[in-house]
Amino acid sequence: MDETIYSNLSQYIVIEILKQSIREIAADEALISSGLIDSFNLVDLALYVEDNYSVHIDDTELNADTFDTLDQLVSLIQERIL
Amino acid sequence: MKNVTQVLKQLYLEAPDKVSVHLLFSRQSDQAITYRELLHGSARYAQVLKQAEIRPGEVVILTLDHGEDLLTAFWGVILNGSIPSILPFLTDKLSPEIYRKSLAALFGITAPTAVITDPDFMGEVQKASKWTSVRAIISSVEVQNRISDINEVNFDQLRGLTSPLEDIVLLQHSSGTTGLQKGVALSHQAVFNQLESYSRALDLNHNDVIVSWLPLYHDMGLIAGFLLPILKRIPLVLMSPFDWVRAPYRLLQAISSYRGTLCWMPNFAYNFMAQKTRHRDLEGVDLSSLRAVINCSEPMYWKSHKMFLDHFQAYGLRSDALATSYAMAENVFAVTQGGINSPVKLDVIDQDAFLSRQIAEPVGERYKRKNLWLQSDQNKNPSVLNMLSAGQPIEDTNVRILDQQGVDLPERHVGEIALQSNCMLTGYYHRPDLTQKALLEGWYMTGDLGYLANGELYVTGRKKDLIIVGGKNIYPQDLEYLASEVEGIHAGRVAAFGVFNERTGTEDVVIVAEVDYDRLEARQPGSSDIQDQTERIAAEIRERVTRGSDIALRYVHVVDRNWLLKTSSGKVARRANREKYLSEFSGV
Repeated sequence: MDETIYSNLSQYIVIEILKQSIREIAADEALISSGLIDSFNLVDLALYVEDNYSVHIDDTELNADTFDTLDQLVSLIQERIL
Repeated sequence: MKNVTQVLKQLYLEAPDKVSVHLLFSRQSDQAITYRELLHGSARYAQVLKQAEIRPGEVVILTLDHGEDLLTAFWGVILNGSIPSILPFLTDKLSPEIYRKSLAALFGITAPTAVITDPDFMGEVQKASKWTSVRAIISSVEVQNRISDINEVNFDQLRGLTSPLEDIVLLQHSSGTTGLQKGVALSHQAVFNQLESYSRALDLNHNDVIVSWLPLYHDMGLIAGFLLPILKRIPLVLMSPFDWVRAPYRLLQAISSYRGTLCWMPNFAYNFMAQKTRHRDLEGVDLSSLRAVINCSEPMYWKSHKMFLDHFQAYGLRSDALATSYAMAENVFAVTQGGINSPVKLDVIDQDAFLSRQIAEPVGERYKRKNLWLQSDQNKNPSVLNMLSAGQPIEDTNVRILDQQGVDLPERHVGEIALQSNCMLTGYYHRPDLTQKALLEGWYMTGDLGYLANGELYVTGRKKDLIIVGGKNIYPQDLEYLASEVEGIHAGRVAAFGVFNERTGTEDVVIVAEVDYDRLEARQPGSSDIQDQTERIAAEIRERVTRGSDIALRYVHVVDRNWLLKTSSGKVARRANREKYLSEFSGV
């Protein structure tokens, strides 16, 4: 797993979505199925990924089946960057 | 006046080939459903219910995903003479255990005899239905497989055809344990009176096309985005709220391709769409067909209108299309409507007079010129408030503003909004106690605060401790209960309330909870790191409330014992604690 992508995404989620200053997100922590990221923020996450990695995540993919953890999201980004 | 089944019969006979609904999906092409198809599908559900011996007047709960079955099951229940109530279904985040508890809470009061649901959900419903009044659990797929296609509806055999107008036609619930125990019961007569008055207020006509993404378990979605178009023969373009929230641009594309004229949304959606829609997704989109985008269901802000207009004017959105309404299930839907034949009124008032004396004093013309509608900047003029009118009461609905003693207040004085109409609720279903409490000499006490000026209603706040997030009513006691279950929290020493967030255009939920250090120490000797403990508690409260309710909880403040203010009877005073929170933590 790319540590830079991981830490950037983690930081983005903690600060911009969760609005918490002290919090870490484990690579295997459930994000969507747990409700940590609610549906109103999924589109933000998709736009962030697109702006920073030029990787498109379709709106039909914004669910826990496509990715639910940072680990899975980073893999998805890496696959599509290539 | 006809009842709902009789009106459906007329539509079936007079306009069988007219498309009633265009259903939109994210992964498949649009589905056009004619009145004939709609009624054939509905008649199947009526047949299944009859076979299951579900009788007229009994309540049938619908918990179905977006799709044709949700629509046909709803009308099928009415064709059978029974009473439908649409509930949200289990989402990814909600814990099944909590959902089961909510269903059980609902079943206890409402005593439904049947539940219609999707096959994946049968197990949950079965568990929740044990030892209740529920006699039949019907799967949508089973209906499709078991009942053969209907080629002609025999209305004379449908028991709904003879339902008296004063009978209850449907129930509406809001979410959470508290909301589910309080079903608003509406009669055929009330529904049609509302549709008549509201159609006139909207100047509804046969060029109209309604486009909606609103859930049907919500008042605004059920009435404005479902019953109104179908019963008034106006085409409806309906997308799922789940698809909208992931791709709000699809709504705008749908408005453009179907030439939508009317669309209802809660205030937060104006901000959400402006902030989360990219121009590249709007190529070729033309919004000029829209004659009214109606802001409703939560406090309305002119800044949200401005943000929406700024973003979409380039796509043909007209400034005079921005409209407002004040609505509630207890009046079927609309109480007022503004912005149809003239732009929504903006009342520029003096902030000090409003805050200190609860009077909406208009500021002089000099200020008004500086504060022209959609061009002003409130920040430069901190002593002024821009109030957005909710419009005038619709026909046969009367509004009064009352003080604490129930006495009428003069124009421009803020008090509780009371209403009386020909489309009021029959009552809260099986809750005569709540019904009696809500009505004062035939007037429904809304619990909302507002003032009247030149015949226009301005809604300014709430008397009741209700939180409204994205148009959804959230009862603070449900959230407080969830938070109280966290270890280390004093039961009953929790306050939940809403704080308006200007960026999102809706309320953020805040929970303040008192920690019980003594008990923490006793249970976990040696864990002296208080900072760690409070963080763990806050995280647990967030998780529990998020998984147990409709909202994602972000703001939790764990405070020392005796931080929370209490009333003389020892109850946590939410309003006072909200003020204290704002003065101590605001900006945190």
